[in-house]
Amino acid sequence: MSISIPSYLDSIRHRDRVFDFMAPQAGDRLEIKNGCMLYVEDVSVSFDGFKAINNLNLYIDEGELRCIIGPNGAGKTTMMDIITGKTKPDTGSAYFGQKINLLEMSEPEIAQAGIGRKFQKPTVFEEQSVFDNLELAMAGPRGVLPTLFSKLNGEQNDHIEQVMVQIGLQDHSMARSGALSHGQKQWLEIGMLLMQNPKLLLVDEPVAGMTHQEMDRTAELLTSLAGKHSVIVVEHDMDFVRSIAKKVTVLHQGSVLAEGSMDQIQSDARVKEVYLGE
Amino acid sequence: MFCLRKYDLAKCKSPIRFINIVMLLAVMMCSSTVWSDTFFDQSMSKLLGKNFKSVTQGVELLAKSNDERAEQVLQTLLAGDLYRLKKEKRLVTILEERGKGYLVTDILVADKTYEVTSKRKIKRVAINNTLRTKIKAAIAQIQLTDTDPTKRSAAVVSLFDVVDDSQIALFEKMYEHEKNDRVRSLIAFGVAIGHLKTGSVVEKITAIKTLEDSLEPAVRNALQATADNETDKSVAAAATKALGKIDQKIDNYALMETLFFGLSLGSVLVLAAIGLAITFGVMGVINMAHGELIMLGAYTTYVVQLIMPNNIGASLFVAVPAAFLVSGLVGIAIERGVIRHLYGRPLETLLATFGLSLILQQTVRTVFSPLNRSVETPDWMSGALEINPVFSITFNRLYIIIFCLIVFAMLFFVLKKTTLGLKVRAVSQNRAMARAMGVRSEWVDALTFGLGSGVAGVAGVALSQLTNVGPNLGQAYIIDSFMVVVFGGVGNLWGTLVAGMSLGVANKILEPMSGAVLAKILVLIFIILFIQKKPRGLFPQKGRGAEG
Amino acid sequence: MHTDKQLFDRKSQVFLLVLAVVTVAVLGLNILVPEGSALHVSTYTVTLLGKYLTFALLAIAVDLVWGYMGILSLGHGAFFALGGYAMGMYLMRQIGDRGVYGDPILPDFMVFLDWKELPWFWQGFDMFWFAMIMVVLVPGILAFVFGWLAFRSRVTGVYLSIITQAMTYALMLAFYRNEMGFGGNNGLTDFKDILGFSLQSNSTRLTLFALSAVFLALGYIACRYIVTSKLGRVCMAIRDSEDRTRFIGYRVDKVKLWVFVFSAALAGIAGALYVPQVGIINPNEFSPLNSIELVVWVAIGGRATLYGAVIGAVAVNYAKSYFTVAMPEVWLFALGGLFVLGTLYLPKGIAGLMNRKEAVA
Repeated sequence: MSISIPSYLDSIRHRDRVFDFMAPQAGDRLEIKNGCMLYVEDVSVSFDGFKAINNLNLYIDEGELRCIIGPNGAGKTTMMDIITGKTKPDTGSAYFGQKINLLEMSEPEIAQAGIGRKFQKPTVFEEQSVFDNLELAMAGPRGVLPTLFSKLNGEQNDHIEQVMVQIGLQDHSMARSGALSHGQKQWLEIGMLLMQNPKLLLVDEPVAGMTHQEMDRTAELLTSLAGKHSVIVVEHDMDFVRSIAKKVTVLHQGSVLAEGSMDQIQSDARVKEVYLGE
Repeated sequence: MFCLRKYDLAKCKSPIRFINIVMLLAVMMCSSTVWSDTFFDQSMSKLLGKNFKSVTQGVELLAKSNDERAEQVLQTLLAGDLYRLKKEKRLVTILEERGKGYLVTDILVADKTYEVTSKRKIKRVAINNTLRTKIKAAIAQIQLTDTDPTKRSAAVVSLFDVVDDSQIALFEKMYEHEKNDRVRSLIAFGVAIGHLKTGSVVEKITAIKTLEDSLEPAVRNALQATADNETDKSVAAAATKALGKIDQKIDNYALMETLFFGLSLGSVLVLAAIGLAITFGVMGVINMAHGELIMLGAYTTYVVQLIMPNNIGASLFVAVPAAFLVSGLVGIAIERGVIRHLYGRPLETLLATFGLSLILQQTVRTVFSPLNRSVETPDWMSGALEINPVFSITFNRLYIIIFCLIVFAMLFFVLKKTTLGLKVRAVSQNRAMARAMGVRSEWVDALTFGLGSGVAGVAGVALSQLTNVGPNLGQAYIIDSFMVVVFGGVGNLWGTLVAGMSLGVANKILEPMSGAVLAKILVLIFIILFIQKKPRGLFPQKGRGAEG
Repeated sequence: MHTDKQLFDRKSQVFLLVLAVVTVAVLGLNILVPEGSALHVSTYTVTLLGKYLTFALLAIAVDLVWGYMGILSLGHGAFFALGGYAMGMYLMRQIGDRGVYGDPILPDFMVFLDWKELPWFWQGFDMFWFAMIMVVLVPGILAFVFGWLAFRSRVTGVYLSIITQAMTYALMLAFYRNEMGFGGNNGLTDFKDILGFSLQSNSTRLTLFALSAVFLALGYIACRYIVTSKLGRVCMAIRDSEDRTRFIGYRVDKVKLWVFVFSAALAGIAGALYVPQVGIINPNEFSPLNSIELVVWVAIGGRATLYGAVIGAVAVNYAKSYFTVAMPEVWLFALGGLFVLGTLYLPKGIAGLMNRKEAVA
């Protein structure tokens, strides 16, 4: 009974987007001024009256590595859902660079515009080989006909080989990715992110289920990515956060509670209250 | 001599004397009021007359008589079954053919029969159209005094076409004695019709005012005639206005009827779908054999009626729990045997249960027959509740709606208020968590599936009263059922109820415009489009848990 | 399966070779071996085999969307039937004045319904090329419209299956209506000839059989090309994790849509080859049972292998032909049993069995 009229009108307004070849390629539109890559402003979203995100403001600079922490239910995953187009907020705006309005785009459009995401639970295409997973993720045309007639050239092949070395799976190139260990799947997913070559990476709990050694390698990888790319890392493991973070944002009940360096955060009274209940 | 079973005509030497004796006897037999008997006896001799005039007089006399046999004589005459036995001058009806002649029976003395040797010895009492109208009026006149108010009402209505001054007087006299409200209002309408035909302008307008409230077709005809033929413009205008009012009411009632038909069709859909709302909606199991579980319920009704052929009226009350058990047990067997191995693989479940549906169909075909079985409808299911002349509610439709609501309420109660219901909901929301809390999820799965299947069986009992019971019964409902559940929103019993009812009503509203098949196609297309717009149905399950 | 990037891998070579050998052998045994001989293959059998081949093509179309992309369509029978009707309309127009009523333009059923002129949608079907375009276009357009609506609003899984079933059901009801102008429940039949060749003649029947084999091979190669391309890997990615595919930038709805349309067109071609061989097309071809039955061919043969679909289609239909003659009452038990046992014990179908033996050896 609740066919909401605004959403219906909205869908009519966007009927033209059915033929996406008519829309300009988002990737070419990315324009960055003042060094700011991502603007999330006054965003709120609620599920059945529960405010998952409440007036959230977040700005990510070009080349920045930002860690986001917060207790369960603080809205971390929902925030990522909004940036990647999975969830549409009730109010607010989200821009990628100066001109790309993320709220008007679908998930694949956002991905093609240059935002990559790694999920909390590693999701790779289990029936396909490591190589194929990376090939699928590789930046390039995504249309139906181009993929039908696509052929890998030597350069692309090399690129894939190179990433496989980077994520330590060079010996598993033809292995079914479903047969990989949990940690290897994590790595494969990071590898897929690299293949996408995004401008902004959203990384949800990258070190869950990893050994300390692997954690160190992940930290190294993420810090090396920063600079060329902007990276947002959501993580619970405080040691890991400390090892990579320059700037940390604390989310609580759907909005930003505190922002600053790790030391500043740790001395913040409100953060202590939230985390320790003091 | 008169009591002889067979009266030998040859032995009767003086027919005239015989008739006199009969008449005497008749007078003696019903001598409560002398004058009425005179009317009756006179009428008998008039009916023996050879021309229409004489017969007409006979009919008029019968109308005046108080004799309880008068109505039967008139009915026989109207049906064309009344004959004159020429020689004996008796009124008879034919019992059966005997060689070249007949065996006839006396209309006045039921167990007295005559053997007629030649067809020419009897002659039908001829009637024509004028006479037919008169006979009907006479019958109505007699029925006006019947003890049954329904018969009196019918009699009044049947006189509407022939009201004249004398009838008005008679109606008015009757009105004073009449106690039944419905009959009284009908008589008032009758008087008004009379006034409309013969009264002054003022009387006519008052009459029209009265008639506005009636929905009788005869009243409408009378008003129509006035509107068309009346020379006085104010009367004609009033009649036209009254007609408009009546037509408005008829339209309203037609809408109510459509709504009622729609709700009863909707109830059938809800009944068929509600079991699916549990197995598909709550458990997420695609059971393509659902239709066959309905079919098993219908066949259970058939078997129950075979077992108790003398208690058809009670058979349905036995069939409901029996069908619930049969379908429920088959459902549990299906769950334990097949579906259990396929949880988490919905497309495979769909195929396997479709295979089961084929097997069940063929089993029924082999055990019973490929032909339809006839399931009897108890007397209390037939008949209709007449609200007014243009709107009546048939009992079987009414009972289906009530039955559907009862089943729905019970199911709702089971799911919301019992421990089983609590466990079912727990397992459906978070299986692992429920298991951790000590719920035996396997056992709950089996019981839930049994419950859904049992309800399908109960729906089968209801359907056995509406459609043919055959091996293909289930197939006809499976797509509809899925449409209802998906349209309503999976996992939501209220959604199923609202969806089923609204689809039923939509179907019945479209039907007169487009025909039944096209209406069905349109509804299907609508749902297909609707699901595109709202993939989770009318009442989607909410919250994070509903994702994925 | 993940290294499956060669268009003509060993299994495809074997499959195409077997298909070629069987086709040539059947034709040879029909033409060269005299009728009395035990080795003679009757024209009746050739036509029957031709029918199986069209079913096999249909099964490949279903396997493409189900096996590789995870869309269980319970409406592919509708695309098959629409292709069949397009062919049937051409064959109907070819009858000309040889019908019972002898009307030069109107088919018999229209004369019977007292129609005065040809409805607009029958125009052009007297031309073979036009009819052949329609064979592909009509199912394609239906699939496009339906898929565009469904995939855009992300109707997936069993929901999609159920509405595809509703689609074919609605079409069946519609085609049963006389007013639709497709011959009502009698459908289209009494065909005389195709492109001037009599449908009763031996040579026409053999040609149709050979054409069915050729189209099966072409359909196989086309599907094989798709599944070995990067697009094929995108399809499998969609099958295994639709969301993830979206997040790495693929327009899932468009990929699904075009593969679905291609599959529907393939089903239409199969239908067009089927009709002249069996000589009739009626609304029963739209029945949901038919569509669901052909899904079983694929399931029994083995999903996501293409050649498995062919094996399944031929095996199940051979069994059907045998049972419905020998023990008609057993057929539904057997088919039902296939559904149940196949899904429970043979999830990878006959092809899976063959592969397992190969792996052991």
